[in-house]
Amino acid sequence: MSEKIKLGRPAGFFDVFERRPGAIKKNMHYCPGCGHGVLHKLIAEAIADLGITHRVVLAAPVGCAVFAYYYFKCRSIQCAHGRAPAVATGLTRSNPDDVIISYQGDGDLASIGFNHILQAANRGENMTVFFVNNAIYGMTGGQMAPTTLPGQKTQTSPLGRDVLETGYPIRVCEMISQFDAPVYVERCALTSFKNIMAARRAVRKALQNSMDKKGFSLVEFLSGCPVNLKMNAHDMSEFIETKMTKFFPLGVYLDRAAEREPIVRAEMNYDADKIKSLLYPEEIQSELGDYKCSSPVFDKECRVKISGFGGQGVLSLGYILAILGKQRNFNVSWLPSYGPEMRGGTANCSVVFSKSHIGSPEAAENCDMLVCMNQPSVEKFLPILKAGGVLVYDSSTVKLPEGAAKDHYVYGLPASDLANHLGDLRAANTVMLGAIAAVMADNFLDDADKANLDTAMIEAVREMFAKKAKAADINIEAYKTGKEKIEFKSVPKA
Amino acid sequence: MNRTNRVLLKGNEAAVYGALLAGCECYFGYPITPASEIAHASARLFPAMGRVFIQAECEIASINMVMGASAAGKRVMTASSGLGISLKQEGVSYIATAELPCVIVDVMRGGPGLGNISPEQADYNQVVKGGGHGGYRCIVLSPGSVQEMCDLTMLAFDLADKYRTPVYVLTDGMIGQMMEKLELPEPRPRRMPPAWSLDRNVSADNWISSIYMDPVDLEETNRRLNRKYDEIREKEQLVEEFMMDDAEYAFVAYGIASRMARSAVDELRKQGVKIGLVRPKTLFPFPENALRKAVKNGVKQFFSVEMSNGQMIDDVRLAIECARPVALINRMGGNVPTVEEIVNRTMDVIKGGK
Repeated sequence: MSEKIKLGRPAGFFDVFERRPGAIKKNMHYCPGCGHGVLHKLIAEAIADLGITHRVVLAAPVGCAVFAYYYFKCRSIQCAHGRAPAVATGLTRSNPDDVIISYQGDGDLASIGFNHILQAANRGENMTVFFVNNAIYGMTGGQMAPTTLPGQKTQTSPLGRDVLETGYPIRVCEMISQFDAPVYVERCALTSFKNIMAARRAVRKALQNSMDKKGFSLVEFLSGCPVNLKMNAHDMSEFIETKMTKFFPLGVYLDRAAEREPIVRAEMNYDADKIKSLLYPEEIQSELGDYKCSSPVFDKECRVKISGFGGQGVLSLGYILAILGKQRNFNVSWLPSYGPEMRGGTANCSVVFSKSHIGSPEAAENCDMLVCMNQPSVEKFLPILKAGGVLVYDSSTVKLPEGAAKDHYVYGLPASDLANHLGDLRAANTVMLGAIAAVMADNFLDDADKANLDTAMIEAVREMFAKKAKAADINIEAYKTGKEKIEFKSVPKA
Repeated sequence: MNRTNRVLLKGNEAAVYGALLAGCECYFGYPITPASEIAHASARLFPAMGRVFIQAECEIASINMVMGASAAGKRVMTASSGLGISLKQEGVSYIATAELPCVIVDVMRGGPGLGNISPEQADYNQVVKGGGHGGYRCIVLSPGSVQEMCDLTMLAFDLADKYRTPVYVLTDGMIGQMMEKLELPEPRPRRMPPAWSLDRNVSADNWISSIYMDPVDLEETNRRLNRKYDEIREKEQLVEEFMMDDAEYAFVAYGIASRMARSAVDELRKQGVKIGLVRPKTLFPFPENALRKAVKNGVKQFFSVEMSNGQMIDDVRLAIECARPVALINRMGGNVPTVEEIVNRTMDVIKGGK
């Protein structure tokens, strides 16, 4: 690390500031006595001396440094107010070998974007944050900053900052250094030669950390804004050194870079075969090959509602039916209840089959089949079962009210008891699947579909439990039991 | 071992599959029902390919992380729903102005306010019309099935790159949550970092900004953006027409509402009503050509079928320059119109001559 100070414009700056509109191309837009100019120079000198101009991406804030990209001979991006740490996160995660600088002022970092800086610090993003604290809003014309001192007069605290109304100055270094992830936090002042030399060292140390991928470094610079604080350069320095440092003591708040291992991010993989092996499932060999169901019942939408308690496998039962649809080449949709209702203990799903277009995936009206695995389901969904539709219910958990379902085909079986008997209550849903198969065979399927039904259903169950052979066996047993034990209850009265 | 591209997926998952097949390299997002499965699947699948997944601290952070990654030369995606999209709008305006490509999936839920988590389509205005501050537009694709959640997400990445603009996949809680079978397309080759990006291999000093202090410069930027939007209007309209050849009436509906509208076409045709469906697959650009053609071919009445307070209907009227009456058939608050409702309301209008 070079400590030798070279005279003239640092090599980290452009020779001519072509990006700056207007006639002035040699000088910066900052006011006389402003700390930004000094800090810019320290950074430009450091990135040149460290040999990293090609590695640096500068994320510039909203505030007086919004035009930082006029000056620095590196890649740069101008960010929304306070969002630079989030943009910088996107940059560093995309290209982990880059050295990312998030350059921010006090309003940007400690007010509108405070959450972003805290979260980026807490994630330990590999970036360097240069935080300019001048206790006032510069670009918008001298309003109160989160770091404005108690009693300090600004455009929006004309009587002086009243801490009971507006709180106290926010101490950023003190907060950030409490986190476990950051590696380096220091507060400097851009005042005396001695302080500027300390700031120069801090700039280089922070950048070195980013070069070494050690994680999150933040350097705060107490800085002058003579125009908005209405002071001359001498008074400005005195204000910083006597008043600001009282609230914002200088010094190193955290330095554990030496003990940290470099961050290693995964290499992005672009191999097409790897993506396919991740996304494309293993093909399950079917005894039926490409067999398509031929029963006319599937010519138009066949709407099934399945309902019960959460944990009874209601959604899985619907999912097995959806797999059946996928395997047997008809259109199928599966729609679960979701959100707080699901988490509240009841669950239902809609499954719609059709050989042609499926409109609504929600079986909200004109249901062809209702499968109920608890009592509330009967009360809630019987009204949407169309006349002549089929009700299948678990008679171990549901007692059908007297006179209910008189317009429907009604089937029942003690699915939960049967599953319990088989040794796994969780298989109650596949007992119901067996019952559904029996109902389908009884009422709706043509001979070819009937002949292939068991094989098709069992293949669907096997796909559902593709990685769990034992569970698949129990559930196939449950399916067979359900199909055998189903009891016919009644036909439509009309 | 043989693998199959025929799968059953939720719409939300299909968007993630499409993103990865399109070569998406980074995902940044914040959990929100009913879009969360996009984050879940991304958290599982992106790291498996060495890609980036971050659960951001908020919606604003996630869209700004998107901006950073896009600027860095990566294909990048985020997702949210309604109120989360509102929070992202600041960042989208920056991204659109800086002309960075990205893909945003909006799985619409009930609003306004906190609303509910049931499906709605009332983000139309905030997504299709720009949404954030300033005069920008985003390309907006509207999938009508789980297959299209995958396919249109892939297309979204291509359009985002082609026009250097944010592209929305605008869908709803029902398509996001429902599962259908789909055929996964082949993975695309890697999209290399573009010449304008902040990738160090393409440039030593590229810069990306959306600030133009000189009004003359900013006006020219606006004009440049709007020339681009005109080109998009001219070249990128996508639409599916159903039973439109002899139609005297036409539904206009997108996303989940279009599926009920299509069932309603079947039902009304049985009753002898010559009705068809124009289903926009792009909402910006709005398929004006298809609607003007419908007018020319004899459609005398349009119906805008929406799950909102009537937002797309304005674009239908503008597209046909109010040459024909447009009736609104809508549900709100997370209710999905039934086929029966659509049929009845249509017949009311036809019989009433309104």
